[in-house]
Amino acid sequence: MSADVIAPPPPENPTEDWLREERIPHIWCPGCGIGTSVNCFTQALEESKLDRDNVVIVSGIGCTGRVAGYLKLDSFHTTHGRPIPFATGLKLANPKLKVIVYSGDGDLFAIGGNHFFHAARRNVDMTVICVNNMTYGMTGGQVTPTTPIGAKATTSPFGNIEEPFNLPFIAHSCGAVYVARWTSFHVRQLTKAIRDAIAKPGFTFVEVISPCPTLFSRRNRLGDGLDAMKFYKAHSEIRNGADTREVAISHQSKIICGKFVDITRTTWHDAQAAHLHRVMGNRFVPPRNWEHLIKSDPMEDLVAETIRDSSGDGS
Amino acid sequence: MGKPGEVPLKTKVRGEVFIDDLRCKGCGFCVEFCPTDVLAMSDGYNPKGYHVPRAVNAAVCTGCNLCGLYCPDFAIFGVRNLG
Repeated sequence: MSADVIAPPPPENPTEDWLREERIPHIWCPGCGIGTSVNCFTQALEESKLDRDNVVIVSGIGCTGRVAGYLKLDSFHTTHGRPIPFATGLKLANPKLKVIVYSGDGDLFAIGGNHFFHAARRNVDMTVICVNNMTYGMTGGQVTPTTPIGAKATTSPFGNIEEPFNLPFIAHSCGAVYVARWTSFHVRQLTKAIRDAIAKPGFTFVEVISPCPTLFSRRNRLGDGLDAMKFYKAHSEIRNGADTREVAISHQSKIICGKFVDITRTTWHDAQAAHLHRVMGNRFVPPRNWEHLIKSDPMEDLVAETIRDSSGDGS
Repeated sequence: MGKPGEVPLKTKVRGEVFIDDLRCKGCGFCVEFCPTDVLAMSDGYNPKGYHVPRAVNAAVCTGCNLCGLYCPDFAIFGVRNLG
């Protein structure tokens, strides 16, 4: 009835485990870099050895906004520009969660720009991964706040004249504790950056420069996705610790990659706990799901510092 | 670096590459960035009309899975053959 030798089943794609298979193939165009960044993300999660039940991914609207729908994690596909408020709410409601925002440049910095600044300012413990393809892919290639000067888009057929955002500089100046930029060509470095960003407490930001062959590259006559990847390979320069003021991207010029910022700042939850300790004294009992967040040493330092400040001579 | 198949590399690690033709959209990332030049684009089409890569030089595959990391369509991956 049965054969003596049963052939071993073919091995499975390591990413398969993280995908909602019924939704694959995805809608991204041939040569799009978002899928590559998803590979790096799943690899980073795999290496992080996090409990999958405690990882939440939040996306906005746009091509990159589809990521949440394709990953087999607790995922939120939120309204346009609002993934960070949703993520902040998730983190406040259940600080045990590892909250990751995965969205595009238009969603995070045009429609939802204000939310990014304030989440970074508050240092809410979350990781923001921004896939920057310098255009609005899903709606037909309009100018975004990251479209370089001179690049053609649907709404700037003779070239863009507006100064683009320098995303690492924004993140740095708003108070992010970890800022890195890689292209979708740098898969190993990107994997490590995402892994480090996820492991670091506080607001961490990873920018992924990614090709958009159908809209950005085609309108600017730059070839297909592979040509963009070759461009990244030839024209990217790794400069870890670079001054974020100097890493702006011009049209078809050098792309400076690397880890730019890696500092420590009090997270929102630590600050809140320290504040409640100060105000309520021993009556403050941290909520059950806060305990893992509050590290004893920085907390005590902060409390001691606050008490010292408030009991000083008022100078 | 020669053309695929020209220079047999002497590597201790051996691997195998698996391609899912139905998912492939023929972007060519895997062919371009394979460190040992295992892959080449084939002339054939998959049911969606894309050219798919083939392992023309499978003997030198190390199973590093760099193709799997690059593939935006989750259509290819390499595995190491242990022992």
